[in-house]
Amino acid sequence: MVRSYQTTNTPADPRHSSRLSLRQRFYVVEVLMGLALTAVHFFGNMWRHTLRVVFRVKSARGAVTIQYPDERRPYSPRLRSLHRLVRREDGSPRCVACMMCETVCPAHCIYIVATEHPNPDIEKVPERFDIDLGKCVFCGYCVEACPEDAIRMDTGILEFSAFDRRSMIYTKEALLALEPAGPNGAPTSPVPMPPLRRPS
Amino acid sequence: MSGVALDLLLQAIPVGFVMFVVLNFGGLLTWVERKQSAIMQDRIGANRASIFGIRILGLLHPLADAVKMLTKEDFTPAHADRLMFKLAPFVSVFFGLAAFASIPFGDTLRILGREIQLQAVTLNVGILYVLAMISLGVYGLMMAGWASANNYALLGGQRAAALMISAEIAIGASIMGVVMVYGSLNMQDIARGQGQPLLPQYFGAWIPAWGLLTQPLAFVLFLTAGIASTKRIPFDTPEGESEIIGYFVEYSGMKFGMFAMADFLETVVIAGLTTALFLGGWQVPYLQPSGFVLPWGATLDLPHLVVVALQVVAFLTKVVVMIWFLMLVRWTLPRFRYDQAMRLGWLALFPLSILNILITAIVLLTVGKV
Repeated sequence: MVRSYQTTNTPADPRHSSRLSLRQRFYVVEVLMGLALTAVHFFGNMWRHTLRVVFRVKSARGAVTIQYPDERRPYSPRLRSLHRLVRREDGSPRCVACMMCETVCPAHCIYIVATEHPNPDIEKVPERFDIDLGKCVFCGYCVEACPEDAIRMDTGILEFSAFDRRSMIYTKEALLALEPAGPNGAPTSPVPMPPLRRPS
Repeated sequence: MSGVALDLLLQAIPVGFVMFVVLNFGGLLTWVERKQSAIMQDRIGANRASIFGIRILGLLHPLADAVKMLTKEDFTPAHADRLMFKLAPFVSVFFGLAAFASIPFGDTLRILGREIQLQAVTLNVGILYVLAMISLGVYGLMMAGWASANNYALLGGQRAAALMISAEIAIGASIMGVVMVYGSLNMQDIARGQGQPLLPQYFGAWIPAWGLLTQPLAFVLFLTAGIASTKRIPFDTPEGESEIIGYFVEYSGMKFGMFAMADFLETVVIAGLTTALFLGGWQVPYLQPSGFVLPWGATLDLPHLVVVALQVVAFLTKVVVMIWFLMLVRWTLPRFRYDQAMRLGWLALFPLSILNILITAIVLLTVGKV
């Protein structure tokens, strides 16, 4: 009689990989192996901690933990972080208030009011340029849409929580003051911290 | 100072020492649990609680825990049995603390012309006392489960009772082997017996007759059942974090903290009991009351107080190692399902303990006493 494939590759078959062997069913050996594994980790990590703390061996790491915010893992240069407005050499915004970013923004979080630029070669300049970070989805379309390379998302700043929605609206002045992140991806300009307590 | 007052004061030494050690170990175990599990899992563990920027390896976290627990709302459910509900955590902690009383942590201390047994309570039936206290600890859980007026808590209390019965029988039966070998229910006698040489006709004075060597099977069985009686993973069926929250589901604040504390105290008790019965108690290898007597005949005389201090330190070291091992087990093994825990208790631990008694009896008859 020909055995059908189903009887040989099911958990009912004693040779199936999901069936426990006698040694595994006996439990004690498996328990001891598991305990040995964790004990090896324990003593190895204790040894590395001791090397690091007592003997100051900086290369010895007893844990994989990155102690944020004291330590940060390096960010990718492509990371889309908090926006900034790029400045001209005289400090005025490079933005010409063409409304491209406001138009393309899927979250409608950009609000621009245009005004005349004192320089007749430049048509317009934003009088207001607000980004509501409470709405922003960090898609980066504004950066792609900008014809003047006036808005970038390269500050490396990810911590901009606030206690109320109004504090999440970043104005032109705040966005102009931000600097690009350093070569390791760490922010170089101060993180715009909201007040610690909700204003009453 | 009159003689009676001095007697009382001297008798207070072991009692105070036991209370100090057990309570501090119990409190520190929250820190040990966090840190040891972290180091086993390549993490750092809680290290952020600080006073004026001083962190001391996260040792302030138990303190922060206590402050948190004490300042939390102490809630009693509307339909709870109020007296039982409030009594349960105290019962749980009390029996956890009381169980350590007859575990000896040193030999006789001779001071000011008096002899003090270094155990809080000198009992001829010390083992029975410890077993009774461990069993009574489950009453707190059953009271909590019953009084909470919550079906999950009731399930947890019922599971605690079932687990305690199946573990308790294995504990008692596996200890019987030790009692047979050392011929006493007095834990001080058992600790002294473990200082005798093992089978001197074969090994001379080289190997001390620790319970681990005379009763290896009982050691494994007792340890397994002991871990079960601490109600911690892998035998956390009464609690069942991932299924029923268990007997303390309705508790909050420090009452909840006391149940957690009771678990840690029972861990200390099981570690102490294992040390006293299987790891030689307070025995240091080759240390006799007069000093070190090495098996090749050399001797090193030591003053009485130094010998006693060495014994106490040895006992505490062994307890710490056992606690480390219990923590290792808790953070390594996956938890048993309720039916699996029952099956292990009744179909593996209990018959094997009976078998161990049988083997012990046969060996004792053929080889003779150690």
